[in-house]
Amino acid sequence: MATATDEVKLTDGLTQFIDEWRDKPGNLIMILHKAQEEYGYIPRHIALQLSKELGVPLAKMYGVITFYHFFKLKKPGKNKVSVCLGTACYLKGGQDIIQELENLLGVGVNTVTDDGLFSVEAVRCVGCCGLAPVLTVNGEVYGKLTKEQLPGIIAKYRNNG
Amino acid sequence: MPKLTLNDLNKMRETKKRAPDIRVLVCGGTACESSRSDQIFKNLISECEVCGIQDKVQIIKTGCFGFCEKGPIVKTLPDESFYVEVKPEDAKEIVEKHLKGGRQVERLLYKGDGTKKISSVEDIPFYKKQMRVVLRNCGLINPEDITEYIDNNGYKALSKVLFEISPEQVIEELKKSGLRGRGGAGFPTWMKWNFSKGVNDSPKYIVCNADEGDPGAYMDRSTLEGDPHSVLEAMTIAGRTIGANNGFIYIRAEYPLAIHRLEVALAQSREQGLLGKDILGSGFDFDVELRLGAGAFVCGEETALLASVQGQRGMPKPRPPFPAVKGLWAKPTVINNVETWASIPEIITKGGDWFAGIGTEKSKGTKVFALTGKISNSGLVEVPMGTTLREIIYDIGGGCPHGKKFKAVQTGGPSGGVITADYLDTPIDYEHLQQLGSIMGSGGMIVMDEDDCMVDIAKFYLGFTVDESCGKCYPCRIGGRQLLNYLNKISDGKATREDIGKLREIGRAMQKASLCALGQTAPNPVVSTLKYFEQEYMAHIDEHRCPAGKCKNLIQYSINTGKCIGCGMCARRCPASCITQTTDASKKKPPYVIDAAACLKCGECFAACKFGAVTRK
Repeated sequence: MATATDEVKLTDGLTQFIDEWRDKPGNLIMILHKAQEEYGYIPRHIALQLSKELGVPLAKMYGVITFYHFFKLKKPGKNKVSVCLGTACYLKGGQDIIQELENLLGVGVNTVTDDGLFSVEAVRCVGCCGLAPVLTVNGEVYGKLTKEQLPGIIAKYRNNG
Repeated sequence: MPKLTLNDLNKMRETKKRAPDIRVLVCGGTACESSRSDQIFKNLISECEVCGIQDKVQIIKTGCFGFCEKGPIVKTLPDESFYVEVKPEDAKEIVEKHLKGGRQVERLLYKGDGTKKISSVEDIPFYKKQMRVVLRNCGLINPEDITEYIDNNGYKALSKVLFEISPEQVIEELKKSGLRGRGGAGFPTWMKWNFSKGVNDSPKYIVCNADEGDPGAYMDRSTLEGDPHSVLEAMTIAGRTIGANNGFIYIRAEYPLAIHRLEVALAQSREQGLLGKDILGSGFDFDVELRLGAGAFVCGEETALLASVQGQRGMPKPRPPFPAVKGLWAKPTVINNVETWASIPEIITKGGDWFAGIGTEKSKGTKVFALTGKISNSGLVEVPMGTTLREIIYDIGGGCPHGKKFKAVQTGGPSGGVITADYLDTPIDYEHLQQLGSIMGSGGMIVMDEDDCMVDIAKFYLGFTVDESCGKCYPCRIGGRQLLNYLNKISDGKATREDIGKLREIGRAMQKASLCALGQTAPNPVVSTLKYFEQEYMAHIDEHRCPAGKCKNLIQYSINTGKCIGCGMCARRCPASCITQTTDASKKKPPYVIDAAACLKCGECFAACKFGAVTRK
């Protein structure tokens, strides 16, 4: 992932991707995905440059970004904790998992901890309903969760920085 | 690598590599991978090398077995031993004792309810009533190896369509099969194809809807993870039939493993000449690209999905014109759901009559359900249409766990409704579910027990659809918000009886006036819970009581001083420190009391008390 100072210019990976997709119709969402993969979110400066590169007005791009839950305009924590609130997880106590995480980390949903290490978000169904309740940290899945397991999971990522 | 011709393909199937004596299948679905099945796979390989039996044993990572509750799963062939909840450190024992020594590892075998010994898959109740058509290859082949798919009759249907039968005959077979769209609406597949075929316009497009947004459903994910080629083959068949050369798979970005497997499958298909120019020497060109969704439920609606493929906000459009006539870039487009696609190669190979022989009068074939919630055997099940809910929930699913009482089953996700115990003997098909006020939907099936509050469930779904409404039409945008407000009022105990009338009235308006299926079906969870559980709503309104004990503002915890033995467990667990010991001098260990004003209603004390002294009402 790029560092804060890099966020003003397009990464090589992104530039290459844009060249590859430039002439394909309907490329905007795919390019936004790539941008988010590179920076962890879609920084304003980058959106501005994409707008010029692709000839898509910034307002239109903003419309697309905000329409989809997946795209973020704010930088997430270094470790992204996503708690599933699909129906199966909800029935099996997903909401309690979120509350306990909020207690443990001291921040609410969609906020980053002061040290920048964690952010918590609620997501819709990660498709592991057989393991409900489920959360993922940076894409790694933890299933059949109990509140008691949470401090251990958080500690694992905290120790890795 | 030179591209395959028809002869090469047939030869490949005839002379398929003779499989080694023993095959070991390790589940590589998302759920099992999260329980470290990848490490089990690696350990099995290295242990076989240690024992020097690597030439006799083939170890394969497959797609989902469906029995997610008991994962990770390892199955051995040909003896069909079924190992459950396997850990990476168990690999050594499986290799030494079973694969080398020929004796099953008893402790890892699936035990069921313990009444009789289960030594092979056939004995497992979870699988007995299932019939696998869509999931035919899931848990059987390596999804990342195209030759395994080909060996299992893969691309046979495509060969037939390219060289033996005409496009008209393909449509005729689909018509005979009676296949209806598995995305939820159940529109006859052959009609969609026929419309597009008949339009004199070009180019035409083929689209696969893999934007599985229903929270609590993962049929499409497992199909793509376990058998990606079945979808690619079917899309190519459709391309040939209607005269399209380009296909798109619109898949959720939240499904990284399915995306990866599709990318592998696409690359292998192109390399073998099963996608690209002049497929199998037939002169027909077809290729497929992936487009990632970005987390918008409404994009499961076909016109919204097409807008999203084109890089725009996923807002639905009024129909007609239907996508079959004016779809992607205003060109004729056939759009089907993953499960529909995966059924098609089998229909072409075995014939439409074969498929029509399965199921009920109006709903043919099989249906995959994601059976989850308060159920003992949660997982993915595929059954013939017409199977009853009771068979799925009790015979396959094993009923509610912990001896709890079954309350309702919800089908169709946020667009569906609940079905109660009285209707469990209903055969499942499109018509029957609709009569009961629910829908088939994409296949989510969520079981609820006595601890689940129906007002709370309706609130959950409405919260979801309000969040996911695109905002384009106001019956959905405003109506949904208002429904949710009334539901909140009810669960806070502040509603009146008139509010029930409002719920019904707004629900009807949304059903009639919303632009797309999301808005039209959003009131369904409210309408159907009201239909079957009106008394529960009334208890919230008249008595300010939540019978299931779920709505926090209506429940109160207290301690029965007669039953309390003064152990203090509840007080230690209470996060609000609102439980204190009384000073009853007559007792050595006086009972505790809860300060109701400070209570957070978290329920920790209720769960902690082993003597049933904490009561909830």
